[in-house]
This record gives sequence, C-alpha cells and structure tokens, in this order.
Amino acid sequence: MMKIKKLNKFFGELHVLKDIDLEIKRGEVIVIIGASGCGKSTLLRCLNFLEIFDSGEIWIKGEKIDPKKDNLNKVRENVGMVFQRFNLFPHKTAIENVAEALIHVKKYEKEEAFKIAKKLLEKVKLLERANNYPSQLSGGEMQRVAIARVLAMKPDIMLIDEPTSSLDPELIDEVLQTMKSLANEGVTMLVVTHEMGFAREMADRVIVMDGGKIIEEGSPDEIFDRPEKERTREFLSKIL
Amino acid sequence: MICNFFRLSKNKILNYITYIYLAVIRGTPLIVQIFIFYYGIVNIIVLSPFWAGVAALSIHNGAYITEIFRGAIQSIDRGQMEAARSLGMTYFLAMRRIILPQAFKRSIPPLGNQFIIGLKDSSLVAYVTLMDLWGTGMNIAYNSFKVLETYIVVGLYYLVLVLFFSYFVNKVEKKLEVDIKK
Ligand SMILES: Nc1ncnc2c1ncn2[C@@H]1O[C@H](COP(=O)(O)OP(=O)(O)OP(=O)(O)O)[C@@H](O)[C@H]1O
Ligand SMILES: [Mg+2]
Repeated sequence: MMKIKKLNKFFGELHVLKDIDLEIKRGEVIVIIGASGCGKSTLLRCLNFLEIFDSGEIWIKGEKIDPKKDNLNKVRENVGMVFQRFNLFPHKTAIENVAEALIHVKKYEKEEAFKIAKKLLEKVKLLERANNYPSQLSGGEMQRVAIARVLAMKPDIMLIDEPTSSLDPELIDEVLQTMKSLANEGVTMLVVTHEMGFAREMADRVIVMDGGKIIEEGSPDEIFDRPEKERTREFLSKIL
Repeated sequence: MICNFFRLSKNKILNYITYIYLAVIRGTPLIVQIFIFYYGIVNIIVLSPFWAGVAALSIHNGAYITEIFRGAIQSIDRGQMEAARSLGMTYFLAMRRIILPQAFKRSIPPLGNQFIIGLKDSSLVAYVTLMDLWGTGMNIAYNSFKVLETYIVVGLYYLVLVLFFSYFVNKVEKKLEVDIKK
C-alpha cells in the first residue's frame, strides 16, 4: 500500500529523519511512539508532502512519487491527515467543514456532498452538531469533525498525529473510540500517539523512533512487554 | 488596490515593486502626494482636478489597505493552509476558500478605521483646490466672514459621516462575530 525507503529529511543542518524504511499494508494500523522531537510529526508530514523529503523514496500503491513531477494535490487527496490541533476551518460549520473538499476538490454536487457529510457526521456521532461552528464545539467534537473531514475524501491511508494530546482527559476516549471503529472497518492508519491502551488494543505494529531513526518495531506485546532496546525501555518507563 | 496582493507573492519583481510603492507612499506626507498628482501628473496625463484627487487618495489608501490585508493574511494560523492542502486543495483554492475569507473578516475593524482616516484625508485634497465639503466651507467662510461657525459646521458634517460609517462597520463586525471567534 505504502512503502518508504531510506527516507531522509533535513531542516537546515538538522538531520531530522535518518534512513527511514517502512512498509504499510492495506488495513494495517501502525502506532508510532518516541520522545518529543524525535521526528514523528516530520515523518507524517513527509508522507503527505507537507514537507518534501531530501532523499529516499515514497511509493504509494506501487507508484513511486516524485515530488517535483507528480501532482501532489492529487496524492494528498488519497493521504489524509488529522492534526493535533484539529485545524478545522473556523468560518465554516461542522458539516461545511466535511463537505468543503468534496465540493471543491472532488467536484461533487452540493447536495450530494452534504448528504455524504451528513452520513460521516453520523458515523462520528455528531449529527446533532452539524450546524455548529468549530468555536461552539468541544475539543473532542472538533477532532471527530476533523476525522470525518478526512474520511470524506476516502483516503487510502490516514495519518493521525497525536489526535488526543491537546484534549482534556475526559474527551480523549470519544476520539479513541472513533478511531477504533475506523480501525475495525479496515481503514489503514499511521498513528502517532502515546495512548498505550489504544496501541495495545488496535495496533498491528508499534514503531519506536529515537533521534530520527526507527530503533525498534514489533507487535504491541513485544514492544511494551519485552522491549529489546534500552532506549525503548527508558522511554516506556517515562510514559507508563 | 486589490492587486496589491503582489506583496505576498513569491515573485521577486512584483514583490520588489510593491515594496517600493509601500515605502514611498508611507514615507511621504499625503499632502505632498496630492500636490504631486495635482501639479505634476496632471501635466503628463490629462486628468481633471477631481480625478487627480481621487487617484492620489486611492493610491495613498491603497498602500495602507495592502498592509492591512497582508497583516490579516499572515495572522491566519499556518495550520489552516496545511489542513486545506492536506485535503488536496491547490494553493489558490485554499487561499480563496479558506484563508482569504478569514483574513477578510479579521481585517474589517482596521479597514473601517482606514476608511475613516481616508474620509478625513479627503479634506486635504479639498485644501489643494477641490470643492468638497471642506473646500465649500472655506469658500463660504471667506465670503461670509463667519469663519469659526462655518468650520464648526464643516467639522460636524465630517463627524456625522464618520459616526454613520463607524456605526455601519460596527454592524458588520457584530454580524460576523458568531464565527470569528477562534
Ligand atoms: N519547520 C521546521 N523547521 C526547522 N526545524 C523543525 C521544523 N519542524 C520540526 N523541526 C525540528 O525537527 C525535529 C523533529 O520535530 P518533530 O515535530 O518531527 O518531532 P516530534 O517527534 O513530532 O515531537 P513531538 O512529540 O514534540 O511532537 C525537532 O527537533 C524540531 O525542532
Ligand atoms: Mg509532533
């Protein structure tokens, strides 16, 4: 589904991603963990080309993406991104947020787009909030709208960057529930999160990053119960 | 005036032209600009005094309005553009659908302010010769010798115009307030 080979990214002198190799299969849920600043967000941002990698290869569905030649807008349509800070459009209602790209990117008729948006809001259990503006929603609700907005594009993969880390504790669960139901439906996901409960229950694979490298990967049980690397153990002891 | 979005563009030449325009306009007094239009440019292109005044005022206010828009656009959270792009929108679509509507709302208060300043600046154009409110006032004042009273009346006219306009701007702001929050 998606293949990453020897990916490197620099910010000036700073070497943020070092030879990242990763393969993501259709329907897989992969959780990335790692200390702050180790490059998790940067990796996700490279995968939907908000940042352009410096060397390496990204293959999506058997096609190698060339950021210089390929139409990145088309690529991004199929690689959805959910942000830590939601980034909903504040001048649009919940349902308009979901319908926006359907209408203007996918060129659906308005009516059709709103019908789809309505279904998706129902799915994230927010139908009754459809006509509220983001400023009138709680953090958890905003994040669910943001998830619905990405789902509307029917992406091949969803990149989800710390979806709950700016939420109050009591709102975290509703967002995780939404993500679990997506995972159960077979949505491919690459999730950066430190919610160990979610990782244990849902992840097919857990990836540990440190200093811009993938230092360890395995099933949740392997990583959480029998980590091989000292750095992994250190990190886990801090967050558990 | 609208095409002053140049300043935000990545094109070096456009950006440079705009930079000079802004520097010159904001670095020199309005009265000098009006004189240049009125006595200078009129000799090159045929321009009635009225249109010379209009041109001077537009170019002058255009500079400030450009800066207001630029500030407003730059004040929009970077995440908005990223979210829009990540949904597959092109840069221009994201600008048009997501960034500009928010920036425009944010620029209404300073724009209103700038329009009021512009309104009052129009008296300077009059000073140079035109017969707008202020000019008429001067004429009446000279003719009737009731200098102070006439000026007070002229002042009141401006005040009424400005108050009316402020009220209108306020209304618009209120109307947009629902979704302007965060
Ligand atoms: N646009 C940028 N310009 C320069 N440096 C950057 C930029 N974005 C990130 N960095 C740096 O790259 C490194 C990796 O950042 P990144 O955001 O990927 O870390 P992270 O693993 O997501 O951390 P966190 O858990 O805090 O979100 C950090 O040292 C950060 O300061
Ligand atoms: Mg991050």
